[in-house]
Amino acid sequence: MNPSPAGEASGSMHFVTDQNGYFADNYLVKPATGLRSWLYTLDHKRIGVMYLVGVSIAFALGGFFAMLIRLELLTPGPTVMDAMTYNRVFTLHGVVMIFLFMIPAIPSGFGNFFLPIMLGAKDVAFPRLNLLSWYLYLLGAAIAIYGMVYGGTDTGWTFYTPYSTTTATKVVPVLLGAFVIGFSSILTGLNFIVTTHTMRAPGLTWGRLPLFIWGIYATSVIQILATPVVGMTLLLVAVENAFGWGIFDPARGGDPVLFQHFFWFYSHPAVYIMILPAMAVISEVVCAFSRKNIFGYKAVAYSSLGIAFVGFFTWGHHLFVSGQSVVDGGIFGVLTMFVGIFTAIKVFNWTATLYKGSVAFTTPFAYFVGFLFFLVFGGMTGVALATLSLDVHWHDTYFVVAHFHFIMVGATVMGFLAALHYWLPKITGRMYSEGWGLVAAVMIVLGFNFTFIPQFLLGNMGMPRRYYSYPEKFWALNVASTAGASVLALGLVIVLVYTLVAIRWGPIAGRNPWNSRGFEWMTPSPPPVENFEKPPVFTHGPHEYTDEDPAFPAPHLAPEPKHV
Amino acid sequence: MNELLRRLLFLPEQASEYARQVDALHYFVIVTTMVAAAGVFLAVVYFFVRYRRRGIDDRTPFVHPGFIHEALFVVVPLALFLLWFAIGFPQFVRLSLPPADAMDVYVQGKKWMWKFAYPGGPSSIDTLRVPANRPVRLLITSRDVIHSLYVPALRLKMDALPGRYTQSWFEADRPGRYEIFCAEYCGTGHSAMLGELVVMPEAEFDRWVAEQRRSELVASAQDAATPADRVLPAGNLVEQGRRVASEQGCMKCHSVDGSRHIGPTWVDLYQRREKLKDGTTVVADEAYLTKSMMDPAAQLVDGYQNVMPTYQGKLTPPEVAALVEYIKSLRTQVVRSGPSEGPAYESIPRR
Repeated sequence: MNPSPAGEASGSMHFVTDQNGYFADNYLVKPATGLRSWLYTLDHKRIGVMYLVGVSIAFALGGFFAMLIRLELLTPGPTVMDAMTYNRVFTLHGVVMIFLFMIPAIPSGFGNFFLPIMLGAKDVAFPRLNLLSWYLYLLGAAIAIYGMVYGGTDTGWTFYTPYSTTTATKVVPVLLGAFVIGFSSILTGLNFIVTTHTMRAPGLTWGRLPLFIWGIYATSVIQILATPVVGMTLLLVAVENAFGWGIFDPARGGDPVLFQHFFWFYSHPAVYIMILPAMAVISEVVCAFSRKNIFGYKAVAYSSLGIAFVGFFTWGHHLFVSGQSVVDGGIFGVLTMFVGIFTAIKVFNWTATLYKGSVAFTTPFAYFVGFLFFLVFGGMTGVALATLSLDVHWHDTYFVVAHFHFIMVGATVMGFLAALHYWLPKITGRMYSEGWGLVAAVMIVLGFNFTFIPQFLLGNMGMPRRYYSYPEKFWALNVASTAGASVLALGLVIVLVYTLVAIRWGPIAGRNPWNSRGFEWMTPSPPPVENFEKPPVFTHGPHEYTDEDPAFPAPHLAPEPKHV
Repeated sequence: MNELLRRLLFLPEQASEYARQVDALHYFVIVTTMVAAAGVFLAVVYFFVRYRRRGIDDRTPFVHPGFIHEALFVVVPLALFLLWFAIGFPQFVRLSLPPADAMDVYVQGKKWMWKFAYPGGPSSIDTLRVPANRPVRLLITSRDVIHSLYVPALRLKMDALPGRYTQSWFEADRPGRYEIFCAEYCGTGHSAMLGELVVMPEAEFDRWVAEQRRSELVASAQDAATPADRVLPAGNLVEQGRRVASEQGCMKCHSVDGSRHIGPTWVDLYQRREKLKDGTTVVADEAYLTKSMMDPAAQLVDGYQNVMPTYQGKLTPPEVAALVEYIKSLRTQVVRSGPSEGPAYESIPRR
């Protein structure tokens, strides 16, 4: 059944006859296959793939540090490292996961690959800028990793002053690394916004844009507006740390809380840089696997913009116990709840999308279910944290740790994994093993719950975060959390293994193995260098399954559908 | 019911009425979260079973949401969230406004210990002794980096910031010993920066204070700590403040008899409404007094020259606390010792 991957379709015009097989003249082999052709490439798909490789390595590294943290917390006292090492490890975990993995993961990886395809465009608006953004990411990562290896920052990823400006460890390289990565983020955001505005194919009105585009677009807006602020802030900390200027350190006439305002003005919206793309992926996945148009297209699309907008006015909820005025606290509390409302709109609309659909329980759908679970609990605990008197107890405890891991690991990583499984056939032209996929998904979702539900309870008990040692009454729950983390890690390793196997030996997926009507499935798999055989014209919105659509022929030649 | 839910949620003991009220909100929030989540998941499971896929080519109808659906999606969670806020915000306000008759304790965090000083009495390290059933106001600062005073049993937390004072208060009603944690990351000793809150029956506390004062008169003479510690061991903060003021030369510009000098007089300065150079007015509370020592030019009183140097780095936090306490004691009506004057902020009436 499987058409052979190469050879037969060697002519440049053969893709029509190769409708459901492996498209041989794809972007992976054209224009060349050498290393140089990748390093100098301007193809958004290749840049996206390089990003995916980069962020996956960062994810593995950050996960390794996470396991070190959990290992150290296995006993109340010192377990495998000293306090200074522990402090460096949790800083590394935060910095790597946030700046090197989560912020670029979906927008720069999957966004780069799919945004132009979904728009019916040949590439992004500024291909050279796109490549520059990738090299800035690499440069920033290299500087940050240098700082970690030689010196090892111990401030936590939040770099709170005056601790960060007085600590003996080397903070400056890590700050500069994050600063450079910030430029990468800004350039990518700028590129996506311009591309979305100027390069939509004929017929692709704003009302027909795939919801993935809406989510990436909202993310890009935040990246452009918020990232410069953190850039300035990190630079100020670096300058104060290096030259002793009095900006944040009160002993030199500075203001320590000013840093927190600056920092969270970026870093709270940054949470939405991490979660909006995951929501964007989920909007595609839920439609594809329920074969239904989204329930409330406008509500889902505009709520992304709503989150991006309101997200800029919620930073003060990180400062409820920092001496901020009570009135400010109240205002920030209410504004934070609006983020919860926009999220609730999405949750209800995704759920309602299943209504009258045709639901297939595949691996991406399993991650959708996991995503929904984590987002509902992560989101509701977020609103609970905005309820000011409750925050006083929970602030800086493991409750907060569990809450933001539900959002940032739970929801974002579920989105990332859903995207990986949903789009792997498009990116590589090959299919992963559905059986292993479901096994790993179940392990990841269960392992995740076992890791972080105990942490909610630890927070209720009052265990502060960033504790190297802890009183014995916190022991049992910490052991449970470490056990859960091991299952989670094993699940992720399984994903890594079968994905690598699938890339090399997986069965040919064909043009559209899911029989999805997302626009990216109109092209062959893997896509040609210029994305489409002929420039597409759009006559309707994405994910309409009411009748036959000539643009999406049923994949009769595809390998046996495993999801019936 | 309270006890059952408290144990189910692993919450610590409740050492104050405030803690019990916050927990009641906690239960409400958790229960509504569980109900809402269960609703979403039951819907997903039902739709999955009812609308599971029958063939790869299934057609589905194009469903448009009615306005009523989207409106419900907004209004129902919004109403719920605002209800949470309507309960939680007043509790937060209450926590921020100490009653007028609260007893003051100065709290100072430093790497990696807590110091507690009583205006009329002794000071101690890592152990905070308070009487039960009496409101206690904490005036919190830090000597180095940011710390955060956290008493889980009171559901109370407040950051300790270098160079400024924050405040919080509580009224413990169950004598006992409770944990104090540092909740803001502050370095290698962060998790070892533990303290203890000892809530004592009132009579016992008063006896303890009297005893401490007696023994301190003896002890203070022998104490020769580092310069930074020099004001701490002695007993009375007001007395220490007077000494600091003379050592630092404050009296060259400020009077304690009400007369106008190079700077404003300190008599009746506390809680006075001062008109500033820029036309605004400010109440001279603890925060203003502290700020004026650290950054005198920032809020200059109208009619005075900007001649005062900054005392940033020259005064340690305990010295600042002592000076503030000394200024507070300079009143024309009555100079009280023991628990200090009213709070810096407006109070709420007590039940």
